Amino acid sequence: MMDRSLVFAAILFGLLLLMPFLLPLFGSEYLIGLIIKAMLLAIAAISLDLLIGHGGMVSLGHAAFVGVGAYATAIGLENGIENILLLLVITLAVTGFVALVTGSLALRTSGVYFLMITLAFGQMTYFTLTSLAAYGGDDGLTLWSLATLFGSDIVQSGSGLYFLVLGTLFATWWGVFQISRSRFGRVLRAARDNPERAEVMGYAVTRYRLIAYLIAAMIAGVSGLLLVQHAEFVSPALATWQRSGDLIVVVVLGGLGSRNGAILGAFFIVIIEEVLGSFVHEWRLIYGPVLVLMVLFAKGGIADLFVSKDAKGRAA
Amino acid sequence: MSSLEIRNLNKSFGALTVSRDISISIGTGQCHALIGPNGAGKTTLIHQISGGLRSDSGNILMDGQEISHMSVSRRVQAGLGRTFQITTVLPSFTALENTAIAAQAKSGSSLRFFRNAARETALNEFALATLQRVGLEHRANIPAMDLSHGELRLLELAIALAGKPKFLLLDEPMAGLGRAEGVALVALLASLRGSLPMLMVEHDMDAIFQLADTVSVLVDGSIVAQGTPDEVRADPVARAAYLGEAGK
Repeated sequence: MMDRSLVFAAILFGLLLLMPFLLPLFGSEYLIGLIIKAMLLAIAAISLDLLIGHGGMVSLGHAAFVGVGAYATAIGLENGIENILLLLVITLAVTGFVALVTGSLALRTSGVYFLMITLAFGQMTYFTLTSLAAYGGDDGLTLWSLATLFGSDIVQSGSGLYFLVLGTLFATWWGVFQISRSRFGRVLRAARDNPERAEVMGYAVTRYRLIAYLIAAMIAGVSGLLLVQHAEFVSPALATWQRSGDLIVVVVLGGLGSRNGAILGAFFIVIIEEVLGSFVHEWRLIYGPVLVLMVLFAKGGIADLFVSKDAKGRAA
Repeated sequence: MSSLEIRNLNKSFGALTVSRDISISIGTGQCHALIGPNGAGKTTLIHQISGGLRSDSGNILMDGQEISHMSVSRRVQAGLGRTFQITTVLPSFTALENTAIAAQAKSGSSLRFFRNAARETALNEFALATLQRVGLEHRANIPAMDLSHGELRLLELAIALAGKPKFLLLDEPMAGLGRAEGVALVALLASLRGSLPMLMVEHDMDAIFQLADTVSVLVDGSIVAQGTPDEVRADPVARAAYLGEAGK
């Protein structure tokens, strides 16, 4: 019965695949940039949804991992490492390590306390990044060289970068889809539903949650890496708690536990920001009420407007 | 060797002693009932055995293995099954999924990220067979949140059985059951007894006299009487402390 959400995903990815071929008709570098921005947001949001939707762990510090990933990449680039695969390994290692340390502490709590402690770690990350004077401090850092794939600059701009981001989005979508229906994902959902019961079924709940936290952090880190490639710039602002809040909005707006929803949510936010932003300076005054209406009238998220509830499936 | 041996268990919260020098020995294939007035410390003792609450001193041995230092999940892995007084299942999972995930804990690693767990035939067949044991197979695909109270009590038992326990802790299994459901559950537990030793906290005296081989009477954290149901029924201390007063 979950086939409809798969069909819907196929349509989504099909459209994204066609975009670079369709958009030149309208002659728009700008639109491609916008789509890349939305896809990067979607990658981070899908990883956060693994925590929130499947694990019941509402983190208000997830953007910190995007920031850590971006800085790991930027610092690597500044130090002459340009191989994107090597940068990927560094990014995964650094975000994984930070997640291991912060997660081990944060997961001693749950609910609103988990939210508070992830917020605190996120802010600590933010202030740590602002203190990196050698790498731009508060102002951030413009990168004069970008990552290469075996010496080729194909992954630096244009359609090469577009398809790299799209491929990563798909890999994230597919990976989280696999995890969500695997044995591991089932334990994660059991712990979300009733941690005491999961424990009395024989599962060391914290361990499973920590692994999910690591996976989510590393995916967010990868979106940070790609963000550097796209923006050619890093700044501590990537790691602020407002960014983490945006990610939660995307996840909730899209629909908890729905990867398609996270993609739609990301596009919705990016588009509304651009469209409203181009008309009115105080666009957030309109954005707020729009969010309220969305949450009130599309409780299952945007994905629910397209795919009926039972087709989405509890296991999705 | 006893199946479950509790030796000199103590627990206090500040000045309040909730378990005082409790010793219980339950043989292979035996059912032991724990009775006592409300606030006697029965649930505390269950928590101490299952691991939610650390004892201040004393030992808990299951099949001779010391388990009192283990976490809750490790004790379950070691073979200690448990049902809850207040039904505790996974509401958004179906009856079959509830049972299958309990079985999963005892069948290979759960650190598998890439295969569809819902399609694991061996797990599902075992889960269905377990539901059959408690008579719930016709409700296998119903989400737990849509099951009746009586069905949930049975599901609770199925979840515990799916973990292939060596010993079963039952916290008021009869709570809230109608007469017919109660009779059925007693028959079910009677069929399990013998192959599966158990410790049961229960208020229903009929059930206790039908199921229990031995009984402990707990009052104010201490065991005041211990013996066969008939011995306990005849014991003046036990009568005064509990049976007479309860009268329900």
